[in-house]
Amino acid sequence: MFETFYPILFLVLFATFLAFMLVAFSIILGRRTSLGKKFQAYECGITPEGSTKDPVPIKFFQVAILFLLFDIEVIFLYPWAIVSRQLGWFGFIEMLVFIVILLVGYFYVLGRGALKWD
Amino acid sequence: MLEVDGGIVFWILSFVILVSGFMVVSLKNVFHCALALVLCLFTVAGLYILLDAEFLAAAQVLIYVGSVAILLIFEVMLTSKLADKRITQSNDQALVGFFICTLFAVAAYLLIKFNTIWYPLAKSALPSDNILTIGKYLMTEFMLPFEVVSILLVAALIGAIALARTEKS
Repeated sequence: MFETFYPILFLVLFATFLAFMLVAFSIILGRRTSLGKKFQAYECGITPEGSTKDPVPIKFFQVAILFLLFDIEVIFLYPWAIVSRQLGWFGFIEMLVFIVILLVGYFYVLGRGALKWD
Repeated sequence: MLEVDGGIVFWILSFVILVSGFMVVSLKNVFHCALALVLCLFTVAGLYILLDAEFLAAAQVLIYVGSVAILLIFEVMLTSKLADKRITQSNDQALVGFFICTLFAVAAYLLIKFNTIWYPLAKSALPSDNILTIGKYLMTEFMLPFEVVSILLVAALIGAIALARTEKS
């Protein structure tokens, strides 16, 4: 059973290898100059403004928390999807109740304007 | 297909989990701690795969690595000065804590050593089509808890909005 996950294992190993190799190559092959501008963040050629350590707006956090909650909802769909054919309409209605309850929460979120980005 | 002994994979994964877990509680930059936690959680998913609990592994990656970690990193970024601050992850009780932890570790080791065979035991105990079993039980026997979960999620949604709401007036 573990054998089916070899591609993922190799992907992880390759990604790690690539990350280390790219950093190592730039250290070994690259010339090092210490000009002031090289220490600036790259901002598509525009001089960066402000600090990178500024706190981010709470909106990002709100979206992240909503994402987490809907992510948990989605994870429940997987076991249902496996047995949905066996269970038939019974399972379908059960899932419908689950989704509809969450839909109430979704409309509450929409109503409060939590997903509006101004 | 080359055969890999599950035991070796187990030891490698455990090693990464322990090292990254130690990094979480010892690094000075709280942002680096969060990144180490991501590695730790991801490796735990690997452990689940090793134990044939694929659904649990998928849930671990989707929920913990996918969104709890994002949430945690946003939290660090939200709390202004925290992302840059050097934190000291020890206190005055470090010696006492070390002593008690060592005692517990030795006790746990002895218990595990003489009472359980973790890896092969768990492997043989779990059927390979466990996601089917999970789905079946979730939809029949544990129907009510399953529906209650959705109510809990809605409650969490409302709570999150109420807490993070910015007053317009």
